[in-house]
Amino acid sequence: MYQVGNLVRELSDKHGRARESLMPILQGIVEKHNYLTDEAMVEVARELDISAAEVYGTASFYTFLDTQVRGKYVIRVCKTITCSMKGKNEIIQILEDMLKIKVGETTSDKMFSLIETNCIGWCHKAPAILINEIPYTELTPEKVVEIIKGYMHKK
Amino acid sequence: MEKGLTKVDLIFEKTDPKEVLTRAFNMKREDIIRDVLESGLKGRGGAGFPTGLKWKYTAAEKEPVKYVVCNADEGEPGTFKDREILDKVAYKVYSGMAIAGKAIGAKNGIVYLRGEYRFLLPKLMQELESFHKLIKDIGYDFKINYCLGSGAYICGEESALFESIEGGRGEPRNKPPYPTSSGVFGKPTSINNVETLVTAMMIIKHGPESYSQLGTKDSRGSKVFSVSGDTPKPGIYELELGMSVQEFVNEFGDGDTKAVQVGGASGFCVPRKKFPYTVIGFEGVPTGGSMKLFNSSRSMYNVLRNYLEFFAEESCGQCTPCRVGCQQLLKGVEKVKKGEVKSTYLNELVKLADTMKVASKCGLGQSVGNAFRTIVENFREEIIY
Repeated sequence: MYQVGNLVRELSDKHGRARESLMPILQGIVEKHNYLTDEAMVEVARELDISAAEVYGTASFYTFLDTQVRGKYVIRVCKTITCSMKGKNEIIQILEDMLKIKVGETTSDKMFSLIETNCIGWCHKAPAILINEIPYTELTPEKVVEIIKGYMHKK
Repeated sequence: MEKGLTKVDLIFEKTDPKEVLTRAFNMKREDIIRDVLESGLKGRGGAGFPTGLKWKYTAAEKEPVKYVVCNADEGEPGTFKDREILDKVAYKVYSGMAIAGKAIGAKNGIVYLRGEYRFLLPKLMQELESFHKLIKDIGYDFKINYCLGSGAYICGEESALFESIEGGRGEPRNKPPYPTSSGVFGKPTSINNVETLVTAMMIIKHGPESYSQLGTKDSRGSKVFSVSGDTPKPGIYELELGMSVQEFVNEFGDGDTKAVQVGGASGFCVPRKKFPYTVIGFEGVPTGGSMKLFNSSRSMYNVLRNYLEFFAEESCGQCTPCRVGCQQLLKGVEKVKKGEVKSTYLNELVKLADTMKVASKCGLGQSVGNAFRTIVENFREEIIY
């Protein structure tokens, strides 16, 4: 859990308080805190003067606007057909081994979440993953080890 | 109608935007629309609606506020050309939007970029700043903003995309009214794919005659293809329309191609025996660019199952035929595979897919049956055994 503090107000000042500001505000919170808490959504509703149900309704529609706890680095592994054909399972395997979590879980130190996602538009360089917004392509288990080690050192 | 495989360089060709924009801004609105109509350009996102008509209808609306929306929510499995176009020639996308704005009488443009491409945004914003300076120098008033998606395939559907821009759930609207009369914020809107906008700009540059000489009667011009799967050279290729699947496979296959999925998960599966006489284009199998090759080592059951899982997750859930249909098709093929039901159950599933085609609210549910039917019909034994 995090304290949302002044973030909602800052984001509302930046994007405005009209209904169409809702997505950029929610995206801004996720960019900073990786997921949306109930408190954050209630705060957004108050700031935009709309019902909390509307905020939750919008947030829960979008897979990148997570409403459950996510780590600092969200790893999304593409599972659509080309990535699936070109070794997605080996990539999942090595990530599960390294992070000691299963798909859908978050490490206990809240650093990494591992989830599967639908086509991310890198089929010609499959298999591919996103770590937060950064794409990594043409992966092998060896490359994955290097990349994740890099993130572990970033802590 | 015999057309070979000809490579074209139009979309990525280096172009001086100032020259083309100055020409466009000095043209009459109706002349821009006439040129785009005469070129025969059809939308490059997949649905293939004539771009000139879309502009003409939007231009005819009396409402003072109108919008140009660039659909950069490229989510169809196997499509990645719009990312490449934005990465390499964003200034041409912006130019196409400004030209569309001139044609329909809009001062505002919105690019809806899928969340998966957020890493491109800083660079795109920088280029946008230079673009705004450029059109100001030319003396034209047009402003573009960005909206980001957050991981929902359905937002590529135009009315779902508007809902998303407006801050709501990406659930498609009933049509009519069509976007040309009531689009984003209820205003007349011309919504065009990234590639369509660049192509329109190049039609203004080279003239409609030279463009319409490319391609065939039903599929004018060239198209950027996203090639992936079992191929020695996956990537992005701009090719003249009108080639057969056979010619495509001769160029991109690995020598053992048994099927090509044209148009992504919502497209059509073409088996080897139909390669020679199936044309890639609106007279045969249409595509927004996605071309996936499968060789004989692949199980078409796995391909179909993967697509159905995709649709079951990405269906917005608003209308029953699509929400329940996608789930039942997925469960159904799994049951057939496990032998829990007779193989004739597949016939019932095909009927369900056909029902979804007529009963679903939007293009997602309506097109699930394309891949389902063509894979089940051509690879029935792989689904059963």
